[in-house]
Amino acid sequence: MTPATRHPWLIVLNQAPVVLFLAVLALFGARSAQFLQPDNLVNILIQSSSTAMVAIGMTFVLLTAGVDLSVGSMMFVGAALAGKLALQGYPLLLSILAMILAGLLGGALNALFVTRLRIAPFIVTLATLYLGRGLGLWITQTRAMNLPESFLHLGAGRWLGIPIPLVILGTVLLIAHIVLQHTPFGRQIYATGQDIETARKAGLRTGRILASVYIVSGACAALGGLISLTQLGAVSPTFGAQKEFAAIAAAVLGGTSLFGGRGRVFPGTLLGAVLIQTVENGLVILNADPYLYPLVTSAIIFVAVSLDCLRQRLVERLSRRLIRPV
Amino acid sequence: MSSPAPAAPPLLRFDRIQKSFFGVPVLQGISLSLDQGRALGLVGENGAGKTTLMNILGGNLAPDAGRIEFAGLPHQPRSPLEAAAAGIAFVHQELNLFPNLSVAENLHLTAFPRRRGFPVIHRALLRAKTRALLEQVSLDIDSDTPVERLTAGERQLVEIAKALGIEARLLILDEPTTSLTDLETRRLFDLLERLRGQGMTMIYISHHLADVLRFCDHIAVLRDGELVGSGPASAFNATRLISLMVGRQLDQVFPGSAPPPDSPPVLEARRLSHPGIIDQVSFTLRAGEILGLSGLMGSGRSELARILFGLDPFGAGEILVEGKPLRRPRPIRCLRRGLAFVTENRREEGLCLEASIADNLLLVALRDFAPPPARWIRRRPLQAAAARIRSAVRLTPTALDSHPVKTLSGGNQQKVVLAKWLLSQPRVIILDEPTRGIDVGAKCEFYQLIHDLAARGTGILLISSEMEELLGLCHRILVLRQGAIRDELQRPEFDRERILRAALHTERAP
Repeated sequence: MTPATRHPWLIVLNQAPVVLFLAVLALFGARSAQFLQPDNLVNILIQSSSTAMVAIGMTFVLLTAGVDLSVGSMMFVGAALAGKLALQGYPLLLSILAMILAGLLGGALNALFVTRLRIAPFIVTLATLYLGRGLGLWITQTRAMNLPESFLHLGAGRWLGIPIPLVILGTVLLIAHIVLQHTPFGRQIYATGQDIETARKAGLRTGRILASVYIVSGACAALGGLISLTQLGAVSPTFGAQKEFAAIAAAVLGGTSLFGGRGRVFPGTLLGAVLIQTVENGLVILNADPYLYPLVTSAIIFVAVSLDCLRQRLVERLSRRLIRPV
Repeated sequence: MSSPAPAAPPLLRFDRIQKSFFGVPVLQGISLSLDQGRALGLVGENGAGKTTLMNILGGNLAPDAGRIEFAGLPHQPRSPLEAAAAGIAFVHQELNLFPNLSVAENLHLTAFPRRRGFPVIHRALLRAKTRALLEQVSLDIDSDTPVERLTAGERQLVEIAKALGIEARLLILDEPTTSLTDLETRRLFDLLERLRGQGMTMIYISHHLADVLRFCDHIAVLRDGELVGSGPASAFNATRLISLMVGRQLDQVFPGSAPPPDSPPVLEARRLSHPGIIDQVSFTLRAGEILGLSGLMGSGRSELARILFGLDPFGAGEILVEGKPLRRPRPIRCLRRGLAFVTENRREEGLCLEASIADNLLLVALRDFAPPPARWIRRRPLQAAAARIRSAVRLTPTALDSHPVKTLSGGNQQKVVLAKWLLSQPRVIILDEPTRGIDVGAKCEFYQLIHDLAARGTGILLISSEMEELLGLCHRILVLRQGAIRDELQRPEFDRERILRAALHTERAP
């Protein structure tokens, strides 16, 4: 519409996540033929599904300019609870429901502190991070739990030929995308993240909106935990540890702003999560030193954030209003 | 205020509204009424209580005592949403739009059309509804355009379209013309006239008394939370309004001027150019001189100021401070060379709104009070300087440390901005719209301050949209149009028509 949106560099930078993703694919693809095999790509997608799931919930929170550090712990509590129930002979479905319920409750606890007591999200979720980890350790008595086979069967299962983890991820992703882009509630999340005071004055129920994103995040964390469980078949004391950083990284890599109001779960956050996993997978295939993984991942996050800043500056420069013909 | 058609009850009635903040009374029993299809002009100094009264009406605040009747029913909104549901739309001074959302989404944020049976937005219907609303305000833009791509004037119209969208019966406009160009202002008034013709009732708050006198049917004047005058607009003129607002008769709004001094240049621009922004701008500002920069909005005045203070780049030319070139200007270098810049956006760029008065005052000069080598802050001289500067600008007696700046009135906020720079004892002060949105009394104080600073040898570059201000204060006026200087007038040549002619000139851009 305006010349600003047609600038060639801007078009490239607007697609930074996609460009970065294709660049990484091309890079590893050139080094190893095995990497671009369809089986390997599906494998990457499955391996990234747990992080992607947690990152979807994280995107909701980041859109409101908040943050949820407790997601890894929520995964752990849910998994510990589900494992305990399953080992005591309760049916699989009941354990899964208990897990999701735990995530919802954890999210509700965050929501309560953030909206009612108006404590900064960073502090609240840091506290619930420790709370969750502690609760989980208490439930598991700090021992690793091997779960019944039924969990692994679920992870290896397929529905219409699609691996179950991807079915769960795809369903949640589709719902999250529709909610954010096509429902009043979703658009109100963007408004609240842009400027909460203005949103309140405009008559939005900002308390409810804020509360709901933490609950969504808790639920997504639990589902992310479920996917991990079906892949690992066991709950260790470090289950889900530091997942919050992977989730934030995935969302930011996918173009979500930490300042709120900007970002999408599809393709953004999904791409971000897959990108992180792609890098790890590629490094494994290339037989790289495992100590190198976090360094490469952090380099990519750095590049993504830099590109976003570049884009922002270019937009500002291009949208500067001219007074006279150049 | 008496109704011309006594049969119909008034649409809106305030009955002895009271409100205090932190024990300070802000509204002391306001009673007012307004008939359907009329426009009420609400004037008063900043801090007189206009905005507080409107916030009560709009559901942002609850009154301590008193009642409001709207459309025959008691009106006690507990939220902006409830006020909107009752048919009251509030177009705030700072526009309440979300730049990251589209025009359509902004217009329907609390009432999206949905697909039947699903909580999903009906996009086609949303577009159609948006188009209809935009048509009513004569705005020809695509409904999916993000608001961040609109101009200030277009955003204002979107705000009014929003009010039409909720089928408001009462439209509150708080300083709606502040950031509009002349053309946009004309469009706005055309629209408001049309809406009034269709029966819309309005409350119009503004410091532009001419606009209020021309447009409104009734005028109410507030002073210190009390209603000091109200009646048909024809009963008022600008002089009477001003004297009611300040509570004393003003013979002369401006302090007298000293003759232009024959003193050394403190700031010079030599053929400053930047593509698309300014072109071959040259001028010399002398010590003790007040040099006015006139021009319409968008003529490049503020852009020039930003370039001079190193906030924006320039392509060609030279800037000299006290005769020596200023290479690669950055704000910090400009500051060290004795330049100060009072921005036109005091809320966004001039102040840390949440911080205390004291913290804001110290922003610029803190370094001077932390001598090397340790650079520890020396509290006592700092506090003494802050106290001195505060009395010099006659800042409100509010506690320096405890009150965040955002609780001050506009005039006092602006004094904090100026005082912050004065602490660094600048040789040159660039003032960009220093009296925008502040009340008449504070304006007079500012004029006196500017005058005194110049008398003590400070060079002052004064950018203003108010012709009176420039004519009354300046020794010399430059007129800018399309980023280039079109005319220069010495004090004896000052002539409104000549300035306007130079500013308006209607040649078409090549």
